[in-house]
Amino acid sequence: MSSNPDSPSRRDFLRHSLATLPAVGLLGPVTLAQAQGATTEGASYAPRYFTEPEWAFLKAAVDRLIPAGDDGPGALESGVPEFIDREMEAAYGHGGLWYMQGPFVPDTPPTLGYQLRFTPRELYRTGIAAVDGWCRKQHDKPFAALEPEARDDVLHQLEKGTVALEQLPATAFFGQLLQNTKEGYFADPMYGGNKNMGGWKMIGFPGARADYADWIEQPGKAYPFGPVSIRGDKP
Amino acid sequence: MTRMKPVDAVIVGFGWTGAIMGMELTETGLDVLALERGSYQDTSPDWVYPNIADELAYGIRGKLFQSLARETVTVRHAVGEAAVPYRQYGSFLLGTNVGGAGTHWNGQHYRPSPEDLEFRSHIAKRYGEKFMPADMQIQDYGVSYDELEPFLDQFEYVCGTSGRAGNLDGKLMDGGNPFEGVRKRGYPNPPVADTHSARLFADAAKALGHKPFPQPASNASRPYTNPYGVRLGPCNLCGYCERFGCFMYSKASPQTTILPVLMRRKNFSLRTGSHVTRINLDSTGKRATGVTYIDAQGQQVEQPAALVIVAAFQMHNVRLMLLSGIGKPYDPATGTGVIGKNYAYQMMSSIGLFFDKDTAINPFIGAGAGGSQIVDDFNSDHFDHGPHGFIGGGYIIGGQTGGRPIQQLAVPPGTPAWGAAWKRAAKDSYLHTTFVGTHGSVMAYRDRYLDLDPTYKDAFGQPLLRITFDWHDNEYKMTRFVTDRALAIVEQMKPRQHSLTIRKPGDHYDIRQYQTTHTTGGVIMGTSPDTSALNRFQQSWDVHNVFVTGASAFPQNLGYNPTGLIGGLTYWSARAIRDTYLKNPGPMVQT
Repeated sequence: MSSNPDSPSRRDFLRHSLATLPAVGLLGPVTLAQAQGATTEGASYAPRYFTEPEWAFLKAAVDRLIPAGDDGPGALESGVPEFIDREMEAAYGHGGLWYMQGPFVPDTPPTLGYQLRFTPRELYRTGIAAVDGWCRKQHDKPFAALEPEARDDVLHQLEKGTVALEQLPATAFFGQLLQNTKEGYFADPMYGGNKNMGGWKMIGFPGARADYADWIEQPGKAYPFGPVSIRGDKP
Repeated sequence: MTRMKPVDAVIVGFGWTGAIMGMELTETGLDVLALERGSYQDTSPDWVYPNIADELAYGIRGKLFQSLARETVTVRHAVGEAAVPYRQYGSFLLGTNVGGAGTHWNGQHYRPSPEDLEFRSHIAKRYGEKFMPADMQIQDYGVSYDELEPFLDQFEYVCGTSGRAGNLDGKLMDGGNPFEGVRKRGYPNPPVADTHSARLFADAAKALGHKPFPQPASNASRPYTNPYGVRLGPCNLCGYCERFGCFMYSKASPQTTILPVLMRRKNFSLRTGSHVTRINLDSTGKRATGVTYIDAQGQQVEQPAALVIVAAFQMHNVRLMLLSGIGKPYDPATGTGVIGKNYAYQMMSSIGLFFDKDTAINPFIGAGAGGSQIVDDFNSDHFDHGPHGFIGGGYIIGGQTGGRPIQQLAVPPGTPAWGAAWKRAAKDSYLHTTFVGTHGSVMAYRDRYLDLDPTYKDAFGQPLLRITFDWHDNEYKMTRFVTDRALAIVEQMKPRQHSLTIRKPGDHYDIRQYQTTHTTGGVIMGTSPDTSALNRFQQSWDVHNVFVTGASAFPQNLGYNPTGLIGGLTYWSARAIRDTYLKNPGPMVQT
């Protein structure tokens, strides 16, 4: 092919780029201790938006949405609650990315999209209180105090919309929670989730490498390099 | 109100067509001013590596998209219903800032099929008028493929499009698209190399007797200097293309092809933070005197101009024409009026292919357009529609644009959406999954149109644009037909399992799912002021010194991505302004 992707100079350039890539944007050399430090930091993260009972709910919920296991890290150890809390403080959490002018017509057909008045912050605040209230009625305990199987059962019912919450549609709250959980699991670690790039490592996504010109010439061959983050961390 | 010094030409919106018009009109010596509501942005500092490789910021939160908080559109499925706002991004992704959607597109760079431009005449001639449903109101563009060819070519050479010619001066070329119109010369660059999934797709398609070819891509396959002297770099298949700006200077955008030259011209200026709210008319209503905009501080400013180029995104063009009272608004009850008429969209389907672990797809290796393979046998009027009872078609695509896990990770059908089973499936599937898609046309109908919403307003208190749209039977039939052919290719590819997303009769248009940003119509071009807003040169029939560029001019939607045609039409229109209009300003087509 006349694009000449395997000219020596180009190959050298790419090899060089690949070798030096982790240094790009690197704040400093990352040691294993620092990487482990991130995990500890995640565990001790103090939420800014969520109250204590809300924080307990969030941790108990994401732990079931992406549970820990041999195949890869769970949402808890990945820092998903921290990610979601930080997002609540961003413009996104305040509904700043959505058109939020009325009139609101919540009973619009679902195909016409989100039509509630809640911002993400309000969805969580209202949704968590509603689900905890429902759990107290059904089980005499808040969601976070339930056994894992019972939590799964509640989450399944929220997903299907078979729980009637007075304040909001269960599916809207569940959809928000699941979307943000997966975001936190797979977004760049600089947002507080995906600690140690655990989500990326589990599936085999190379993260911010973004340089595959020579791999296009090796169809079907497994890509051998692990992920890098935007800050230049390597696992 | 502040009144600015008059200019020869004012351009509203500074994306692809604004940049092309700026380039063309400054070459004549005119003083040209572009007004852009957003801010300036460029490869550096806005899209540099590694910060651009951020799926959350760009792919999910939409850093390059128009802020819906400030302005959106409303949507309803049928006349008589109340529309509700498009509050969160889903179905289509509006651009903002300099470059507009031309910064975050994929670079899929197609020409129309020759018959697409004369679609009503062509269909009537081949199948008879009765082949079209009574409420289908497809039309001709008023410009033929042969007339447009030099301008389609010009835009490809500006963009450094990478592809393989299929019909060079009437000679069919191996490995290109055998259905394309005659091209006078080949693409400026050879195709980007195929991804693994594209190879699997092409092999299967060939085995079934199709003629797959590399998707024409404005992702440069090699270093390239365009006719303006602007240099593009080779695409490295980074996997952060659509929804992102390009850090490699590979994806054609106004920034990587035109602006480095245009921004230096002394007779050109750009004013950002300038949101145009109205095109002003003189007392006769037949001539525009300039525009009014709201500047960055919030004050109203009048900008006099002898020539007004409306070059914003399709929807914004329609809204500005309605807000300005140029052209008669379309009325679906009578089928008369022209502004807002013939809104159309595209009809997509998608098949997920799940392979065993010995098939390494490496989904994260991808360009927005390059590296994919296309089957075009079932697009436009490339086959006899007679036995099938529908009009239009689509292409079938195999390949990959990236493996960004929040948006692009797929799990096999039947997998729960969360929990241990989802996690296991995500881990097992990610590296071994790819997609085959179909990308289909949507015809224009009497009851599908755009107007101003009676209830909802933007941040400036102006009414939002209202979309009235849902699918028609013709498009359900089209997508079933093309998707069945895609499924046959998928079967030949022998995945362990596959999933299918297709829109079936009874399914309503769903604004929650991303489908395509190829919205069209509303200020359509054509052959008569009774049925179109613009003449064949994209000049307003009603106000001769107003030209409207972009996909708002498409009388119906095609099965191809629109940017190649948009660029070609803009160069065609610019040539008419330069050669004819400026010498003798007035209507270029007499009625």
